[in-house]
Amino acid sequence: MLESEYQEQNRFFLNMGPQHPSTHGVLLIVLEMNGEYVLDPQPVLGFIHRMHEKMGESRPCPGFMPNTGRMDYVCALPYNHGYVSLIERKAGIEVPERAEYIRVITSELNRIASHLLWLGAYLLDLGAFTPILYGFDDREHILDILESVTGSRLTYSYYRFGGVCQDIDETFVERTRAFIKRLRKRYAIYEKLVTKNIIFIKRTEDIGIVSPDMALRYGMTGPNLRGSGISYDIRKNEPYSVYPEFDFEIPVGSQGDCLDRYMVRVREIEQSLRIIEQALDRLPDGPIRSKVPKNIKLAPGDCNFAVEAARGELSYYLIGDGTSTPYRLKVRVPSYSNLSCLPELGRGILLPDLVSILGSFDLVIPEIDR
Amino acid sequence: MKQYFSELYTGGKSLVEGLGVTMKALFMPIVTVQYPREEIDISPSFRGHIDLILDPEKNSYRCITCGMCEKSCPSDCITVKGEKREGEKKKTLVLFELDFTKCSLCGTCVEVCPVNALEYSKEYNLAAFSREAFHYDILKRLEERIK
Amino acid sequence: METISTLPPELIRMVISVIIIISFLFLNAIMMGYAERKIAGHVQRRPGPMEVGSHGILQMIIDGIKLVAKELVVPFNVDRTLFRVAPLLSFTPVILPLLVIPFSEKLQARDLNMGLIFIVTMGSVNVMAILVGGWGSNNKYSMFGAMRAVAQAISYEIPILLSMLAVILMCNTFSLKEIVGAQQKIWFVFLQPVAFLIYVIGGLAETNRAPFDLPEAESELTAGFHTEYSGMGFSLFFLSEYTNMFIVASVATVLFLGGWHGPHLPYGEYLGVVWFLLKVYFLLFLMIMARWTYPRVRFDQLLNFSWKYLVPFSLVNLLITAVIVKL
Repeated sequence: MLESEYQEQNRFFLNMGPQHPSTHGVLLIVLEMNGEYVLDPQPVLGFIHRMHEKMGESRPCPGFMPNTGRMDYVCALPYNHGYVSLIERKAGIEVPERAEYIRVITSELNRIASHLLWLGAYLLDLGAFTPILYGFDDREHILDILESVTGSRLTYSYYRFGGVCQDIDETFVERTRAFIKRLRKRYAIYEKLVTKNIIFIKRTEDIGIVSPDMALRYGMTGPNLRGSGISYDIRKNEPYSVYPEFDFEIPVGSQGDCLDRYMVRVREIEQSLRIIEQALDRLPDGPIRSKVPKNIKLAPGDCNFAVEAARGELSYYLIGDGTSTPYRLKVRVPSYSNLSCLPELGRGILLPDLVSILGSFDLVIPEIDR
Repeated sequence: MKQYFSELYTGGKSLVEGLGVTMKALFMPIVTVQYPREEIDISPSFRGHIDLILDPEKNSYRCITCGMCEKSCPSDCITVKGEKREGEKKKTLVLFELDFTKCSLCGTCVEVCPVNALEYSKEYNLAAFSREAFHYDILKRLEERIK
Repeated sequence: METISTLPPELIRMVISVIIIISFLFLNAIMMGYAERKIAGHVQRRPGPMEVGSHGILQMIIDGIKLVAKELVVPFNVDRTLFRVAPLLSFTPVILPLLVIPFSEKLQARDLNMGLIFIVTMGSVNVMAILVGGWGSNNKYSMFGAMRAVAQAISYEIPILLSMLAVILMCNTFSLKEIVGAQQKIWFVFLQPVAFLIYVIGGLAETNRAPFDLPEAESELTAGFHTEYSGMGFSLFFLSEYTNMFIVASVATVLFLGGWHGPHLPYGEYLGVVWFLLKVYFLLFLMIMARWTYPRVRFDQLLNFSWKYLVPFSLVNLLITAVIVKL
């Protein structure tokens, strides 16, 4: 098409640049626009590629633990969980029950923290400036609780092969119970300020409808898939750790619009609280770490392990070659598949709707680029 | 037609309720701490950079310069050097350096030490003007504590 | 002394009142800026500015000094005249309406018998400043913000005018002093609650305040039409936004809340300004709270809301008022 014809049609390119207040991380989206309508969004990735997988392949397997916390820093403990469970499955290491319970409790606390941050950031994109601070107020309590047992606030490297590295004590249990009670009372605030707000409903209802067929084609997982009506959760469909012992539900949306994805995540917070309560009630005594050989040799062959991170299915794939350094370590992150349906979904929508859709997908770009 | 008015009514009510939430929050006490004018206590299990433990019996370090921490560190930030002095059976520690700019606080060194010679310090208030200020000489820090 | 006595007293009075009004403007911007940041802080359970001066009182003054001292960056390849003119164009029309607003019975710079129309006209000129600023920045984001601002301002002027007309029908005059005078027995907010609500919502939209702040939608378009301005240009836009809010609130007070009427005070003709300012700042407080509570409205929903909800309601309100006044 000639340049003059192109300009006549009132189309232009806009860079929702790598530095933007609304893309959650370093993401470039090249928008071909016609006035206010987006004709074709094309995400461009790779701005924060830090070569985590290469680092995993050049160190003995215990050395990859800090990297797992840094891929997705908002919800780092499920990443830890996936990696240690992978090596345990590969090397045949047994984990004591108390350690499994501690892992579940801390992972679920981290999931709640991640959802609270997502809620605040989503509403910040939509223009409301206060819910993020209310969410951060609640999240600070979780971070303090997790700091008292793991030592870090954000990038945890707490799980070890064969268990966890530090035990929890009575104060941890008390603080967690107090936190659960406090969070349940705060639901009313979010309900009144956000969920029932007519402006918020108008910005999220019937926007960005992902049909179940489209979700399955792009491999979306996590709350995005459940918002479209398909009930698939790794904790129920391919259970790992001690999740089969707990009684919890999987919230499912009906339509697949932004409001459904929002409601799924908000209801997941409550389900996580239920899991934590049951785990605290049933916490067994015992060792927190089993005996593990100093040098773990990974037998030749491959192995896979999938966990449910806050954003979807996270799975690790390992090919061993007899030494203690993996030959190939591949991490399948949920945000990559979630983002990939944007070009199809974003045809012919308005720019504020694009911001709303991006926010509702709950993307963390550093985990896409690893 | 009915939906027009009912939407208006529920919408207006939700807006008033939302305003009520923020009005109530306006008069609630603040939850932030005015750092650095006020400080909060650090939890005892906070992971700062590592330090040598001062063994009260020996009044010195426990390190045997095996180098396990140096080998197992994924970021290659520990340097341990020992030398065998005459008249002593074990090696003495000469140099224990931590390059904190590379450390990822994974805790592998603390766990893998066979004599439990390392612990986490509680320093969180770290700021300096040059990178070299974070190349800690852990042995010297221990010697200053001994005095 | 002779030259001063030969000047007409009216001119002296005008000059003094203009000086007082402009200094009041700056004082108002400082106070409102401080109040906004403090209220925003406490709504979000944090203290707001605390460092500069005790509890941050001097914060706005220091901010003003900082803005004045900044380098005026003029981007490459812009239309220089338009770029420079836009902040001035946005600041001038907001001073003029303050000359006709009756702060108290005897404190009014000039009582035009078409005062209300004058104010509305000046409000429309304000939109042109945004358009000029957005176009003159040679930046796609700014252009977006400017176009949105124009459409928003045009569609919200009509409900404002219609709700003002309802009040004018009841008192048969455009002069602001007489409108306040007609509210001696009962304030018009009790007779015309719908018109009051429509006026306040429309006023929020005219001044580009949240939830209608699309022209400066931070999270979508970096900073909208004032992306490229720094230092004094930005502070002039900022000042004109606060002054615009003040004008909208004071016109609402004059039309609906009884102006300077209130419980009796000594020197009532002059000290009526106390009640006036109390009412104005109450409305400004509500406007500030609305910004920090609600998310932003999408652009077509904004226009929908105006044309499908506000305009029919204000028309019906006008009709009912006309019928009742005639009876």
